[in-house]
Amino acid sequence: MANSYYDSADLRKFGKITEWSEELGTKFFDYYGKVFEEGALSAREKSLIALAVSHVVKCPYCIDAYTKDGLQKGITKEEMMEAVHAGAAIESGATLVHGVQMMNKYDKLSM
Amino acid sequence: MATKSLKARANALAESNTQLDILNGGIFANGELPFFKDKIDAIGQFPLRPKKLEILQINVGYMCNQVCEHCHVDAGPDRKEIMTRETMSQCLDVIRNTGAHTLDLTGGAPEMNPDFRWFVEEAAKAGIKDFIVRSNLTIIRANKKYYDLPEFFKKHNVHVISSMPHYTRGKTDKQRGEGVFDKSIKALQELNAVGYGLPDSTLRLDLVYNPSGAFLPGDQMAMEKDFKKALKEDFDIVFHNLFAITNLPIARFLDYLIASENYEDYMYALVEAYNPAAVANVMCTNTISISWDGWLYDCDFNQMLGLKVASKVKHIKDYNEELLANRDIIISQHCYGCTAGAGSSCQGTVT
Repeated sequence: MANSYYDSADLRKFGKITEWSEELGTKFFDYYGKVFEEGALSAREKSLIALAVSHVVKCPYCIDAYTKDGLQKGITKEEMMEAVHAGAAIESGATLVHGVQMMNKYDKLSM
Repeated sequence: MATKSLKARANALAESNTQLDILNGGIFANGELPFFKDKIDAIGQFPLRPKKLEILQINVGYMCNQVCEHCHVDAGPDRKEIMTRETMSQCLDVIRNTGAHTLDLTGGAPEMNPDFRWFVEEAAKAGIKDFIVRSNLTIIRANKKYYDLPEFFKKHNVHVISSMPHYTRGKTDKQRGEGVFDKSIKALQELNAVGYGLPDSTLRLDLVYNPSGAFLPGDQMAMEKDFKKALKEDFDIVFHNLFAITNLPIARFLDYLIASENYEDYMYALVEAYNPAAVANVMCTNTISISWDGWLYDCDFNQMLGLKVASKVKHIKDYNEELLANRDIIISQHCYGCTAGAGSSCQGTVT
Protein backbone atom coordinates (compact mmCIF):
# COMPACT_ATOMS: atom_id res chain seq x y z
CA MET A 1 0.00 0.00 0.00
CA ALA A 2 1.07 3.54 -0.65
CA ASN A 3 2.19 5.31 2.50
CA SER A 4 0.13 8.38 1.77
CA TYR A 5 -3.62 8.75 1.33
CA TYR A 6 -3.28 10.78 -1.84
CA ASP A 7 -1.11 9.72 -4.79
CA SER A 8 -1.20 12.02 -7.83
CA ALA A 9 -0.76 8.97 -10.10
CA ASP A 10 -4.16 7.71 -8.85
CA LEU A 11 -5.92 10.40 -10.88
CA ARG A 12 -4.96 8.52 -14.06
CA LYS A 13 -6.73 5.46 -12.62
CA PHE A 14 -10.03 7.25 -11.98
CA GLY A 15 -11.67 5.44 -14.91
CA LYS A 16 -10.95 2.12 -13.21
CA ILE A 17 -13.77 2.63 -10.69
CA THR A 18 -15.99 1.31 -13.46
CA GLU A 19 -14.32 -2.11 -13.20
CA TRP A 20 -15.98 -2.80 -9.85
CA SER A 21 -19.37 -1.48 -10.84
CA GLU A 22 -19.71 -1.17 -14.54
CA GLU A 23 -23.26 0.15 -14.73
CA LEU A 24 -22.88 2.87 -12.12
CA GLY A 25 -19.38 3.81 -13.26
CA THR A 26 -20.46 4.12 -16.89
CA LYS A 27 -23.53 6.12 -15.95
CA PHE A 28 -21.39 8.45 -13.85
CA PHE A 29 -18.81 9.08 -16.58
CA ASP A 30 -21.51 9.58 -19.21
CA TYR A 31 -23.18 12.11 -16.95
CA TYR A 32 -19.88 13.77 -16.09
CA GLY A 33 -18.90 14.11 -19.73
CA LYS A 34 -22.29 15.54 -20.64
CA VAL A 35 -22.19 18.10 -17.83
CA PHE A 36 -18.97 19.65 -19.12
CA GLU A 37 -20.01 19.93 -22.73
CA GLU A 38 -20.69 23.33 -24.26
CA GLY A 39 -24.25 24.30 -23.30
CA ALA A 40 -26.05 27.38 -22.03
CA LEU A 41 -22.76 27.85 -20.19
CA SER A 42 -19.54 27.60 -22.16
CA ALA A 43 -17.08 24.78 -21.45
CA ARG A 44 -14.72 27.53 -20.30
CA GLU A 45 -17.19 28.87 -17.71
CA LYS A 46 -17.89 25.37 -16.46
CA SER A 47 -14.18 24.70 -16.09
CA LEU A 48 -13.85 27.73 -13.81
CA ILE A 49 -16.85 26.64 -11.74
CA ALA A 50 -15.30 23.18 -11.44
CA LEU A 51 -12.01 24.72 -10.32
CA ALA A 52 -13.75 26.78 -7.63
CA VAL A 53 -15.71 23.77 -6.38
CA SER A 54 -12.54 21.63 -6.42
CA HIS A 55 -11.07 23.99 -3.87
CA VAL A 56 -14.19 24.15 -1.75
CA VAL A 57 -14.43 20.36 -1.55
CA LYS A 58 -10.63 20.31 -1.12
CA CYS A 59 -10.06 17.59 -3.70
CA PRO A 60 -6.39 17.53 -4.75
CA TYR A 61 -7.16 15.37 -7.79
CA CYS A 62 -9.81 17.82 -8.95
CA ILE A 63 -7.50 20.79 -8.40
CA ASP A 64 -4.80 19.14 -10.55
CA ALA A 65 -7.35 18.21 -13.21
CA TYR A 66 -9.05 21.59 -13.47
CA THR A 67 -5.87 23.64 -13.29
CA LYS A 68 -4.67 21.66 -16.30
CA ASP A 69 -8.08 21.91 -17.95
CA GLY A 70 -7.99 25.68 -17.47
CA LEU A 71 -4.54 25.92 -19.06
CA GLN A 72 -5.79 23.85 -21.99
CA LYS A 73 -8.70 26.21 -22.42
CA GLY A 74 -6.42 29.27 -22.33
CA ILE A 75 -7.79 30.46 -18.99
CA THR A 76 -5.39 32.89 -17.33
CA LYS A 77 -4.04 32.53 -13.81
CA GLU A 78 -5.84 35.74 -12.80
CA GLU A 79 -9.15 34.19 -13.86
CA MET A 80 -8.32 30.97 -12.03
CA MET A 81 -7.46 32.78 -8.80
CA GLU A 82 -10.65 34.85 -8.97
CA ALA A 83 -12.64 31.64 -9.33
CA VAL A 84 -10.90 30.21 -6.25
CA HIS A 85 -11.77 33.38 -4.33
CA ALA A 86 -15.41 33.10 -5.43
CA GLY A 87 -15.46 29.59 -3.97
CA ALA A 88 -13.63 30.68 -0.84
CA ALA A 89 -15.97 33.64 -0.32
CA ILE A 90 -19.02 31.39 -0.44
CA GLU A 91 -17.35 28.94 1.88
CA SER A 92 -16.41 31.59 4.44
CA GLY A 93 -19.80 33.23 3.99
CA ALA A 94 -21.41 29.90 4.76
CA THR A 95 -19.44 29.80 8.00
CA LEU A 96 -20.16 33.39 8.89
CA VAL A 97 -23.88 33.30 8.15
CA HIS A 98 -24.11 30.74 10.97
CA GLY A 99 -23.00 33.63 13.16
CA VAL A 100 -26.64 34.74 13.00
CA GLN A 101 -27.66 31.45 14.55
CA MET A 102 -25.12 32.06 17.29
CA MET A 103 -26.50 35.57 17.84
CA ASN A 104 -30.07 34.26 17.94
CA LYS A 105 -29.19 31.59 20.45
CA TYR A 106 -27.17 34.02 22.53
CA ASP A 107 -30.03 36.49 22.64
CA LYS A 108 -32.55 33.78 23.46
CA LEU A 109 -30.53 32.48 26.35
CA SER A 110 -29.66 35.88 27.72
CA MET A 111 -31.84 38.01 29.96
CA MET B 1 15.45 30.45 -19.88
CA ALA B 2 18.24 28.85 -21.95
CA THR B 3 19.87 31.00 -24.58
CA LYS B 4 21.63 28.15 -26.35
CA SER B 5 20.39 25.10 -28.20
CA LEU B 6 20.66 21.63 -26.66
CA LYS B 7 23.27 20.96 -29.31
CA ALA B 8 25.45 23.90 -28.25
CA ARG B 9 25.06 22.82 -24.63
CA ALA B 10 26.16 19.28 -25.64
CA ASN B 11 22.99 17.99 -23.98
CA ALA B 12 22.37 14.27 -24.47
CA LEU B 13 18.91 15.04 -25.90
CA ALA B 14 20.54 16.78 -28.85
CA GLU B 15 21.12 13.24 -30.12
CA SER B 16 18.12 11.77 -31.90
CA ASN B 17 19.01 8.25 -30.73
CA THR B 18 18.79 9.30 -27.10
CA GLN B 19 15.36 10.76 -27.78
CA LEU B 20 14.20 7.61 -29.54
CA ASP B 21 15.44 5.46 -26.67
CA ILE B 22 13.28 7.48 -24.30
CA LEU B 23 10.25 7.37 -26.60
CA ASN B 24 10.57 3.61 -27.09
CA GLY B 25 11.54 2.73 -23.54
CA GLY B 26 10.23 3.50 -20.04
CA ILE B 27 6.45 3.41 -19.64
CA PHE B 28 6.05 1.99 -23.15
CA ALA B 29 8.65 -0.77 -22.87
CA ASN B 30 7.27 -1.93 -19.51
CA GLY B 31 3.76 -2.25 -20.90
CA GLU B 32 2.20 0.56 -18.85
CA LEU B 33 1.22 2.35 -22.05
CA PRO B 34 0.62 0.80 -25.49
CA PHE B 35 2.98 1.38 -28.40
CA PHE B 36 1.59 3.62 -31.16
CA LYS B 37 2.08 0.78 -33.62
CA ASP B 38 -0.32 -1.45 -31.65
CA LYS B 39 -2.93 1.30 -31.39
CA ILE B 40 -3.06 1.88 -35.14
CA ASP B 41 -2.76 -1.82 -35.89
CA ALA B 42 -6.01 -2.29 -33.94
CA ILE B 43 -7.83 -0.11 -36.47
CA GLY B 44 -6.12 -1.63 -39.51
CA GLN B 45 -3.86 1.37 -40.15
CA PHE B 46 -0.51 -0.33 -39.66
CA PRO B 47 1.71 0.14 -41.55
CA LEU B 48 0.71 3.75 -41.97
CA ARG B 49 0.73 4.62 -45.68
CA PRO B 50 0.75 7.93 -47.54
CA LYS B 51 -2.23 9.22 -49.48
CA LYS B 52 -2.01 11.78 -52.26
CA LEU B 53 0.91 14.17 -51.75
CA GLU B 54 -0.43 17.66 -51.04
CA ILE B 55 2.29 19.48 -49.12
CA LEU B 56 6.01 19.90 -49.64
CA GLN B 57 7.48 21.21 -46.40
CA ILE B 58 11.00 22.50 -46.72
CA ASN B 59 13.12 23.27 -43.69
CA VAL B 60 15.64 25.84 -44.95
CA GLY B 61 17.78 25.76 -41.80
CA TYR B 62 17.82 25.46 -38.04
CA MET B 63 19.17 28.95 -37.36
CA CYS B 64 16.72 31.14 -35.45
CA ASN B 65 16.77 34.46 -33.60
CA GLN B 66 14.82 32.84 -30.76
CA VAL B 67 15.49 29.92 -28.42
CA CYS B 68 11.95 28.84 -27.56
CA GLU B 69 11.65 26.47 -24.67
CA HIS B 70 9.35 24.08 -26.52
CA CYS B 71 11.18 23.99 -29.89
CA HIS B 72 11.20 20.51 -31.44
CA VAL B 73 13.86 21.66 -33.91
CA ASP B 74 16.25 22.76 -31.15
CA ALA B 75 16.71 25.87 -33.26
CA GLY B 76 18.65 28.94 -32.16
CA PRO B 77 21.24 31.54 -33.12
CA ASP B 78 24.01 28.97 -32.63
CA ARG B 79 22.65 26.47 -35.17
CA LYS B 80 24.64 26.57 -38.38
CA GLU B 81 22.67 24.08 -40.46
CA ILE B 82 21.53 26.19 -43.41
CA MET B 83 20.21 25.11 -46.80
CA THR B 84 22.56 26.07 -49.63
CA ARG B 85 21.53 27.57 -52.95
CA GLU B 86 22.51 24.30 -54.60
CA THR B 87 20.01 22.31 -52.49
CA MET B 88 17.44 25.05 -53.03
CA SER B 89 17.89 24.61 -56.79
CA GLN B 90 17.22 20.91 -56.41
CA CYS B 91 14.10 21.80 -54.41
CA LEU B 92 12.98 24.21 -57.15
CA ASP B 93 13.17 21.43 -59.74
CA VAL B 94 10.87 19.40 -57.51
CA ILE B 95 8.53 22.35 -56.82
CA ARG B 96 8.12 22.97 -60.57
CA ASN B 97 7.08 19.37 -61.19
CA THR B 98 5.28 18.29 -58.05
CA GLY B 99 1.64 17.28 -57.82
CA ALA B 100 1.50 18.96 -54.40
CA HIS B 101 -0.63 22.11 -54.10
CA THR B 102 1.10 23.57 -51.05
CA LEU B 103 4.66 24.66 -50.45
CA ASP B 104 5.51 25.23 -46.80
CA LEU B 105 8.80 26.87 -45.78
CA THR B 106 9.92 26.46 -42.23
CA GLY B 107 13.05 26.53 -40.05
CA GLY B 108 14.47 27.87 -37.70
CA ALA B 109 13.58 31.31 -38.85
CA PRO B 110 13.50 30.71 -42.62
CA GLU B 111 14.14 34.41 -43.24
CA MET B 112 17.63 34.05 -41.74
CA ASN B 113 18.80 31.85 -44.59
CA PRO B 114 20.92 34.21 -46.76
CA ASP B 115 19.27 32.86 -49.93
CA PHE B 116 15.75 33.01 -48.53
CA ARG B 117 14.56 35.87 -50.72
CA TRP B 118 16.03 34.41 -53.88
CA PHE B 119 14.38 31.09 -53.07
CA VAL B 120 10.98 32.69 -52.43
CA GLU B 121 11.17 34.70 -55.67
CA GLU B 122 12.03 31.61 -57.70
CA ALA B 123 9.53 29.35 -55.94
CA ALA B 124 6.72 31.91 -56.35
CA LYS B 125 7.20 31.65 -60.12
CA ALA B 126 6.34 27.94 -60.03
CA GLY B 127 2.70 28.95 -59.55
CA ILE B 128 2.00 26.66 -56.62
CA LYS B 129 -1.48 27.25 -55.17
CA ASP B 130 -0.65 27.88 -51.54
CA PHE B 131 2.82 29.18 -50.67
CA ILE B 132 3.39 29.28 -46.92
CA VAL B 133 6.21 30.83 -44.95
CA ARG B 134 6.26 30.03 -41.23
CA SER B 135 7.46 33.23 -39.63
CA ASN B 136 8.13 33.65 -35.94
CA LEU B 137 7.10 37.34 -36.23
CA THR B 138 9.94 38.73 -34.08
CA ILE B 139 12.34 38.27 -36.99
CA ILE B 140 10.48 41.10 -38.75
CA ARG B 141 11.55 43.42 -35.91
CA ALA B 142 14.93 41.79 -35.20
CA ASN B 143 17.02 43.86 -37.58
CA LYS B 144 16.52 46.66 -40.08
CA LYS B 145 17.24 44.32 -42.96
CA TYR B 146 14.06 42.42 -42.11
CA TYR B 147 11.75 45.44 -41.68
CA ASP B 148 10.45 45.17 -45.26
CA LEU B 149 9.46 41.50 -44.92
CA PRO B 150 5.71 42.26 -44.81
CA GLU B 151 6.02 44.04 -48.18
CA PHE B 152 8.20 41.24 -49.54
CA PHE B 153 5.68 38.59 -48.48
CA LYS B 154 2.89 40.63 -50.04
CA LYS B 155 4.75 41.02 -53.32
CA HIS B 156 5.02 37.25 -53.69
CA ASN B 157 1.56 36.52 -52.30
CA VAL B 158 3.06 34.44 -49.52
CA HIS B 159 0.69 32.91 -46.98
CA VAL B 160 2.12 33.85 -43.58
CA ILE B 161 1.66 31.46 -40.67
CA SER B 162 2.98 32.76 -37.39
CA SER B 163 3.42 31.45 -33.90
CA MET B 164 1.60 33.20 -31.09
CA PRO B 165 1.38 31.09 -27.95
CA HIS B 166 -0.98 33.39 -26.12
CA TYR B 167 -2.64 36.76 -26.27
CA THR B 168 -1.12 37.77 -22.96
CA ARG B 169 2.45 38.98 -22.51
CA GLY B 170 3.41 36.76 -19.56
CA LYS B 171 2.65 33.43 -21.14
CA THR B 172 4.21 34.34 -24.47
CA ASP B 173 7.48 35.61 -23.02
CA LYS B 174 7.80 32.65 -20.67
CA GLN B 175 7.79 30.24 -23.57
CA ARG B 176 9.59 32.27 -26.20
CA GLY B 177 11.75 34.78 -24.35
CA GLU B 178 11.63 38.27 -22.89
CA GLY B 179 10.23 40.91 -25.24
CA VAL B 180 8.87 38.40 -27.75
CA PHE B 181 5.27 39.39 -27.08
CA ASP B 182 5.73 43.11 -27.78
CA LYS B 183 7.75 42.43 -30.93
CA SER B 184 5.18 39.92 -32.15
CA ILE B 185 2.37 42.40 -31.62
CA LYS B 186 4.26 45.06 -33.57
CA ALA B 187 4.99 42.61 -36.39
CA LEU B 188 1.33 41.56 -36.59
CA GLN B 189 0.28 45.21 -36.77
CA GLU B 190 2.73 45.72 -39.63
CA LEU B 191 1.38 42.70 -41.47
CA ASN B 192 -2.14 44.06 -40.99
CA ALA B 193 -0.98 47.45 -42.27
CA VAL B 194 0.02 46.01 -45.67
CA GLY B 195 -3.25 44.09 -45.90
CA TYR B 196 -2.46 40.74 -44.27
CA GLY B 197 -5.19 39.08 -42.24
CA LEU B 198 -7.96 41.56 -43.07
CA PRO B 199 -11.39 39.88 -43.32
CA ASP B 200 -11.69 39.90 -47.12
CA SER B 201 -7.98 39.97 -47.92
CA THR B 202 -6.41 37.30 -50.12
CA LEU B 203 -3.22 37.87 -48.14
CA ARG B 204 -3.55 35.02 -45.67
CA LEU B 205 -2.38 35.47 -42.12
CA ASP B 206 -2.91 32.55 -39.77
CA LEU B 207 -1.66 32.09 -36.25
CA VAL B 208 -0.35 28.98 -34.59
CA TYR B 209 -1.14 28.38 -30.96
CA ASN B 210 0.76 25.75 -29.06
CA PRO B 211 0.49 25.30 -25.31
CA SER B 212 3.14 26.91 -23.15
CA GLY B 213 3.59 23.95 -20.85
CA ALA B 214 2.86 20.28 -20.25
CA PHE B 215 -0.76 20.30 -21.36
CA LEU B 216 -2.69 19.75 -24.56
CA PRO B 217 -4.30 22.48 -26.63
CA GLY B 218 -7.97 23.19 -26.03
CA ASP B 219 -10.68 23.36 -28.65
CA GLN B 220 -9.31 25.13 -31.72
CA MET B 221 -12.50 27.06 -32.49
CA ALA B 222 -12.90 28.28 -28.93
CA MET B 223 -9.24 29.34 -28.77
CA GLU B 224 -9.58 31.17 -32.08
CA LYS B 225 -12.56 33.07 -30.71
CA ASP B 226 -10.63 34.06 -27.57
CA PHE B 227 -7.53 35.09 -29.57
CA LYS B 228 -9.54 37.13 -32.06
CA LYS B 229 -11.43 38.96 -29.35
CA ALA B 230 -8.36 39.75 -27.24
CA LEU B 231 -6.05 40.76 -30.10
CA LYS B 232 -8.74 42.96 -31.65
CA GLU B 233 -9.73 44.66 -28.41
CA ASP B 234 -6.24 45.12 -27.00
CA PHE B 235 -4.16 45.76 -30.11
CA ASP B 236 -6.56 46.21 -33.04
CA ILE B 237 -5.02 43.12 -34.71
CA VAL B 238 -6.94 40.84 -37.07
CA PHE B 239 -6.00 37.47 -38.55
CA HIS B 240 -7.72 34.66 -40.43
CA ASN B 241 -7.43 31.31 -38.66
CA LEU B 242 -5.86 29.95 -35.53
CA PHE B 243 -4.23 26.51 -35.69
CA ALA B 244 -3.99 24.71 -32.36
CA ILE B 245 -0.92 22.49 -32.43
CA THR B 246 0.07 19.89 -29.85
CA ASN B 247 3.66 19.98 -28.62
CA LEU B 248 5.42 16.73 -29.48
CA PRO B 249 7.87 15.19 -27.01
CA ILE B 250 10.95 15.93 -29.09
CA ALA B 251 14.17 17.91 -28.49
CA ARG B 252 13.69 20.91 -26.17
CA PHE B 253 10.08 20.07 -25.32
CA LEU B 254 11.16 16.56 -24.35
CA ASP B 255 13.97 18.06 -22.29
CA TYR B 256 11.48 20.36 -20.57
CA LEU B 257 9.05 17.48 -19.87
CA ILE B 258 11.76 15.38 -18.29
CA ALA B 259 13.35 18.22 -16.31
CA SER B 260 9.97 19.35 -14.94
CA GLU B 261 8.97 15.74 -14.14
CA ASN B 262 5.98 15.99 -16.45
CA TYR B 263 7.07 13.43 -19.06
CA GLU B 264 5.01 10.46 -17.84
CA ASP B 265 1.86 12.47 -17.18
CA TYR B 266 2.18 14.10 -20.58
CA MET B 267 2.53 10.78 -22.37
CA TYR B 268 -0.44 9.43 -20.42
CA ALA B 269 -2.43 12.49 -21.50
CA LEU B 270 -1.47 11.96 -25.15
CA VAL B 271 -2.34 8.27 -25.09
CA GLU B 272 -5.59 8.93 -23.24
CA ALA B 273 -6.56 11.54 -25.82
CA TYR B 274 -5.75 9.16 -28.72
CA ASN B 275 -8.42 9.60 -31.36
CA PRO B 276 -8.58 6.81 -33.96
CA ALA B 277 -10.46 9.17 -36.30
CA ALA B 278 -7.40 11.43 -36.46
CA VAL B 279 -5.09 8.66 -37.71
CA ALA B 280 -6.38 8.70 -41.29
CA ASN B 281 -5.56 12.40 -41.69
CA VAL B 282 -2.24 12.83 -39.91
CA MET B 283 -0.01 15.13 -41.90
CA CYS B 284 2.63 12.54 -42.77
CA THR B 285 -0.01 10.98 -45.04
CA ASN B 286 -0.03 14.03 -47.32
CA THR B 287 3.34 15.68 -46.70
CA ILE B 288 6.99 15.23 -47.56
CA SER B 289 9.45 17.02 -45.31
CA ILE B 290 12.82 18.10 -46.75
CA SER B 291 15.74 19.00 -44.51
CA TRP B 292 18.30 21.78 -44.99
CA ASP B 293 20.70 19.22 -46.47
CA GLY B 294 18.15 17.71 -48.84
CA TRP B 295 17.15 14.52 -47.03
CA LEU B 296 13.52 13.42 -47.15
CA TYR B 297 11.34 12.65 -44.15
CA ASP B 298 7.71 11.77 -43.40
CA CYS B 299 7.35 14.95 -41.33
CA ASP B 300 9.37 17.68 -39.62
CA PHE B 301 9.28 15.68 -36.38
CA ASN B 302 10.79 12.59 -37.98
CA GLN B 303 13.37 14.93 -39.49
CA MET B 304 14.43 16.04 -36.03
CA LEU B 305 14.55 12.42 -34.88
CA GLY B 306 16.79 11.55 -37.83
CA LEU B 307 14.25 9.11 -39.29
CA LYS B 308 14.66 9.34 -43.07
CA VAL B 309 11.86 8.03 -45.30
CA ALA B 310 11.68 4.28 -45.72
CA SER B 311 12.03 4.46 -49.48
CA LYS B 312 14.69 3.84 -52.10
CA VAL B 313 14.50 7.59 -52.65
CA LYS B 314 15.91 9.32 -49.62
CA HIS B 315 17.37 12.54 -51.00
CA ILE B 316 15.99 15.47 -53.00
CA LYS B 317 18.55 14.82 -55.76
CA ASP B 318 16.85 11.48 -56.47
CA TYR B 319 13.30 12.77 -55.85
CA ASN B 320 10.57 10.65 -57.39
CA GLU B 321 7.02 11.24 -56.26
CA GLU B 322 5.74 7.90 -57.49
CA LEU B 323 8.37 5.89 -55.65
CA LEU B 324 7.88 7.97 -52.50
CA ALA B 325 4.14 7.33 -52.56
CA ASN B 326 4.92 3.66 -52.19
CA ARG B 327 6.44 3.70 -48.72
CA ASP B 328 5.58 2.88 -45.14
CA ILE B 329 5.57 5.88 -42.82
CA ILE B 330 7.96 5.59 -39.90
CA ILE B 331 6.27 5.91 -36.52
CA SER B 332 7.20 6.00 -32.86
CA GLN B 333 5.52 7.14 -29.66
CA HIS B 334 5.85 10.85 -30.55
CA CYS B 335 3.12 10.17 -33.13
CA TYR B 336 0.56 10.16 -30.31
CA GLY B 337 0.99 13.95 -30.41
CA CYS B 338 -0.64 14.12 -33.84
CA THR B 339 -3.57 11.84 -32.95
CA ALA B 340 -4.56 13.39 -29.62
CA GLY B 341 -8.01 14.92 -29.35
CA ALA B 342 -9.00 16.59 -32.58
CA GLY B 343 -5.59 15.65 -34.01
CA SER B 344 -2.71 17.99 -34.71
CA SER B 345 -0.74 19.01 -37.78
CA CYS B 346 1.07 22.04 -39.14
CA GLN B 347 -2.37 23.08 -40.43
CA GLY B 348 -4.03 22.62 -37.03
CA THR B 349 -6.60 19.96 -36.18
CA VAL B 350 -7.22 17.09 -38.61
CA THR B 351 -10.71 15.89 -37.73
